[in-house]
This record gives sequence, structure tokens and C-alpha cells, in this order.
Amino acid sequence: MIRVQRDIFDIGMEIEALTNERTDIGAVVSFTGLVRDFNDGSKVTGLSLEHYPGMTERELAKIEEEARARWDLQDSLIIHRYGEMALGEPIVLVVTASPHRQDAFEAAHFLMDWLKTKAPFWKQEMNASGKTNWVEERESDLKAARRWNSDA
Amino acid sequence: MKILYFAWLKTKLQMTAETIPWSEECRDTDNLVRWMKTRGPSFAEVFSDLEVVRIAVNQEYITGNTALGKEDEVAFFPPVTGG
Repeated sequence: MIRVQRDIFDIGMEIEALTNERTDIGAVVSFTGLVRDFNDGSKVTGLSLEHYPGMTERELAKIEEEARARWDLQDSLIIHRYGEMALGEPIVLVVTASPHRQDAFEAAHFLMDWLKTKAPFWKQEMNASGKTNWVEERESDLKAARRWNSDA
Repeated sequence: MKILYFAWLKTKLQMTAETIPWSEECRDTDNLVRWMKTRGPSFAEVFSDLEVVRIAVNQEYITGNTALGKEDEVAFFPPVTGG
């Protein structure tokens, strides 16, 4: 399932909802991305995320479909926020469920790596003096995403 | 044809979206970009380095020059930084 929303989410509640009344799931892996107070050596005081409504949902759905084709997943969830976010708040949540841990671990890793290079979101950081700065793409993220191409 | 701009492209062009009439000059994405560069200094600057501009047509990334029709939605944006 894909959710793109402005509102904050509760990680525990999301995992509980996904596994509730199910006895076939053996492993649940979750990844949460948080707003941190530094980037590339500079202090960050807040974050704002812009996205491309419509294309965002399409890209996330494609990435999820790819994960479910590659790994034995019983369920999956991607939540990504947009808009203004305070330090420490969650930005993104990926949850994967499988009978055994390896599929859930790998699929969650893959979902995050692909999401970071494909889903049309753009981060804008704020600093203490009120200045805003568009975050730049990282070579390490591109490398991480490419790693999953070879075993397609 | 609907044109959308995101992130720093939007900031530099001071525009989020516009509708332009279809013409031979924008019959495909290569020609559209060429035409964009002629629209003034801020457009010329934004489209000067195509390594940092991604293009989507009808909400799908394009992999090469793509034909455009008058009902198409074209989006220009920088490399994505979500997650």
C-alpha cells in the first residue's frame, strides 16, 4: 500500500495495523527516515518537502510492484510525507512482511534505495538564519540504487 | 500543453505551471527544451545544464527524445531527493 500525506504518522500503529489478526507473517522489517539537525556539516532547523502529485503515487506503486515481484512479501507499506516537517519527525516509512526475515530485510532495503532515486520528492532545508536551500542529489544514493540492477 | 516546474527550477522561473500552445517548435522534448532556452535569461540559465534537469511526460520519466501532443503534460525538475 502507498500513502502520500502531509500528516505525521505513528510507526507502531502502522505496523500493528499491517500485522493485526494475521498469523502467517513471520517477519516484519520497518525503516523510518527522520528529519535530522545537520546535513553536509551545516546545521538544519527544519525541512520542507515538495512532490509531484500524481507522478509520486505512480512511481511509488511501480517500486512497490517491483519489490513484490522480486521477493516473497505478504504485505508492504510505503508512507511518504510532504510539506513542512520539524526536527525529529518521521519523513518516510517502509514496512515489509514476509514468512522469513531475508525477504523482508532485502525488500525494505531495495524499496528505500529505489524510492530515493525515483520518487519525485525534493527536500528543502532551513537553517537558523531562516535561509532555505534545495538539497542536492547524492552520488552514494545513486550507487545504492544501482546495486539492485545487477540481480534483476 | 501543460508545463510544470518543481524545486529550484520553480524558484528560479518564479512559476509552478503554465499552459503553452502546441507548435512545431515544441513537437518533441528536444525541441521544447531548445525553445525554452530562448525565452529569457532565467530560462536560459535553468536549461543551460541538462545534466541536472529531469523530464517527465504524462508523469513518466522519459529516456530519450519524446514526441509531444497538445494534451500532454511535461514536467521539468531536478534529480529527486526524497526518502
